[in-house]
Amino acid sequence: MSLKQNLHNLKEKYKGTKMAPAFNAIHTFLYLPNEVTHVGGTHIKAADDLKRTMNIVIMALIPCLLFGMFNAGYQHYAAIDNSLRADVLANFFTFDNLWIGIIKVLPLVIVSYGVGLLVEFIFAVIKGHEVEEGYLVTGMLVPLIVPVDTPLWMLSVAVVFGVVIGKEVFGGTGMNILNPALTIRAFLFFAYPTWMSGDKVWVYDAVNRTGTADAISGETILGSYAQNQEVMYSTFDKFMGFIPGSVGETSTFLILIGAAILIFTKIGSWRIILSAFVGAAVMGLIFNQVVAADIITESSKFYGLMNTVWWEHLTIGGLAFGAVFMATDPVTGSQTNKGKWIYGFLIGFISIMIRVFNPAYPEGVFLAILLMNVFAPTIDHYVVQGNVKKRLNRTKVKTA
Amino acid sequence: MSKDIRIKKGLDIKLVGVAEKNTTKSSQSSVYAVKPEDFHGITPKLVAKEGADVKAGDTLFYSKSDERILFPSPVSGKVTEVIRGARRKVLAVKIAADTTQVYKDFGTKDADAMSAEEVKNHLLASGCWPFVKQRPYDVVANPNQAPKAIFISAYASAPLAADLEYTLAGKEAELQAAITAVSKLTEGLVHVSVGANTTSPLANLKGIELHKVSGPHPSGNVGTQIAKLDPINKGEVVWVITPQDLVVIGELLLTGKLNVSRTVALTGSQFSKPAYVTAISGASIADVTANNLNDDNTRIISGNVLSGKEVKADEFLGYYDNQITAIPEGDDYEFFGWNKPIFNKISTSRALTFSWLTPKKKYDLNTNTNGEHRAFVVTGSYEEVFPLDIYPMQLLKAFMYKDLDEMEALGGYEVAPEDFALTEFVCVSKQPHQKIIREGLDLMREELG
Repeated sequence: MSLKQNLHNLKEKYKGTKMAPAFNAIHTFLYLPNEVTHVGGTHIKAADDLKRTMNIVIMALIPCLLFGMFNAGYQHYAAIDNSLRADVLANFFTFDNLWIGIIKVLPLVIVSYGVGLLVEFIFAVIKGHEVEEGYLVTGMLVPLIVPVDTPLWMLSVAVVFGVVIGKEVFGGTGMNILNPALTIRAFLFFAYPTWMSGDKVWVYDAVNRTGTADAISGETILGSYAQNQEVMYSTFDKFMGFIPGSVGETSTFLILIGAAILIFTKIGSWRIILSAFVGAAVMGLIFNQVVAADIITESSKFYGLMNTVWWEHLTIGGLAFGAVFMATDPVTGSQTNKGKWIYGFLIGFISIMIRVFNPAYPEGVFLAILLMNVFAPTIDHYVVQGNVKKRLNRTKVKTA
Repeated sequence: MSKDIRIKKGLDIKLVGVAEKNTTKSSQSSVYAVKPEDFHGITPKLVAKEGADVKAGDTLFYSKSDERILFPSPVSGKVTEVIRGARRKVLAVKIAADTTQVYKDFGTKDADAMSAEEVKNHLLASGCWPFVKQRPYDVVANPNQAPKAIFISAYASAPLAADLEYTLAGKEAELQAAITAVSKLTEGLVHVSVGANTTSPLANLKGIELHKVSGPHPSGNVGTQIAKLDPINKGEVVWVITPQDLVVIGELLLTGKLNVSRTVALTGSQFSKPAYVTAISGASIADVTANNLNDDNTRIISGNVLSGKEVKADEFLGYYDNQITAIPEGDDYEFFGWNKPIFNKISTSRALTFSWLTPKKKYDLNTNTNGEHRAFVVTGSYEEVFPLDIYPMQLLKAFMYKDLDEMEALGGYEVAPEDFALTEFVCVSKQPHQKIIREGLDLMREELG
């Protein structure tokens, strides 16, 4: 008997039992199910399902992941021997760099998926619903938005918290208010702040070497700016991503390729992506003008970040990654096309505002997106009310 | 306001099995059936008892809520069986047809000379009233209400739909008589919509407001046309009649006979020779499709693939339908079907689906859902195929959580289930949109009247 027939028989056997959702999750991973259209609906359906949709997002994230693995090693070795930075391209795609990625980044991915999917399966079995695809993307996002030295146990705790509180308590994929990946990130940030910020965690081994003769710096660009220091990275480095930062967030170039994939396949909203970049640029420009008008001088602690040229803000930190992969989550984002413009713009705008004014931690993208997640239904409400008003006015014109 | 209707949002689903333009007369069925479920929202009160002899046009049952609304027998013969379901609900009234048909004589009428009241009473008495449907709620019209306008869509944009220019050719006299009559039922206009470059027999009728329609499906849906021309507000009613039913009304006025025969398109990849046949409403599917259907693992649909009803070969043609579609069932697994590139299915995304490369290609789609049912996740995809000025997902959700105020405010009066057929087709979460809308409309009708 073929695999197909065997699996079909097993599915029939498990039908109605507690284990059915767990089995079906694996079965439907291998085979598109044999389900046919129901009474009272269309008899044919388009080719897309949620698995395909999520799969495209994961494919768009793969370049960032691979780059992040090389970058983990590159930043480590370059921090030890600064001369490596002289010829980035020759020293970047080396096996030594990749090896650091394999021993540091890959475990993050495995733990994120392992723990997250385990929680999903447990909930599916308890609540008797199918295992939903949302975590396929969340599980890939999480390792890309944490510092490379994040301890695995911390990540596990955060993933459990994020999946349970961020999603399952609301009823699973499609029902959640906050982006689960960012909920996980926020949990890490507030529960273990020393591990999530500062000038060590962004480069592998910088924490371990602290206080020894071999100490290396793990400072991010934003960290340097926040302390009004000069940075040594060129614009090319910043755009291509040869800089310290969370695992997958550094390469604006690859993120834009991911954005192109999402927009071309119509999976991600171009309205949100574009308006988030515009919003960030506008806030950046405003700060630039504040500096130009001498309202803020070099003595101010905000000077470094405010004086950062507006377009540079788009290439450093997590802004690009957040705008392309996090803000576009259709469940937690704005759901109306008009709302998406407002939602995206405010994410960009507030991100840069928090980035400049947050004294403890010079990055605000995840906070801005979480904040706008909460306000997305409000934005949609007013957009939809516009439609409702139009309908009411139609009656008034008639009766008048 | 321009009289033409041009829409951009929508999707033409091109399928294999367009009916060829030749018509054969299907052999007369031995058994016909009228199913009350074809008339949504009607509770039938039986008149014809088992064993009774009926003529074509004799009443089989009437509506419990308004006993003037009669439902006639499409043929003459003997009532052989009343099929009942749970709680003795009438599912179908079966009639064994006579070999020579006898028609009840309703008398010829001169439509020009009739008053509105006479037209209404004549349609009611002859059993033609069920052809008049109303929006909101998409049910048989309430004869006590006055519609603000009447809409007739003679442009069929649904997948594989019967070409109305072809099926109605030569029926100008009947159509004109019917239009003249029904136009007396409204103070407003009778809107007739035809395709942009048309030789439609409806294009030259008198007493109508003609509109030329262009754009992808659902441009031919009467709901789309109402929304573009004269949207329904709270408290308003419009009536809707299909052109093929107008022909029946016209023939009734001209000859005095109720003749519910129509040209039916046999479409879809499972027909060996997709073509047109003439058949009487309620005919047995097996007889209409005889010697033409590949019935191995086939889904037979009375109507089109988007909003038709599934029927078995031993069941009957729907009362309003002028199309039978047969497509393959899709009850099979597909290895890695969710992530491999797809060339043989239609999609509005480009997520490793390639139907955007070949917009002219005809597809042989089956009934597989292509994925499992999920909560609403993706946003923005419905809007691309939904031309009404309504937020489709927000309305669907309001219909699901049954908030009557929101259902009303978001446009519940303006929609019919078929308006949500395309959004259901493209739905990534495989939600049953038309069912949600139907149940919501029933609730609104019950609570708001």
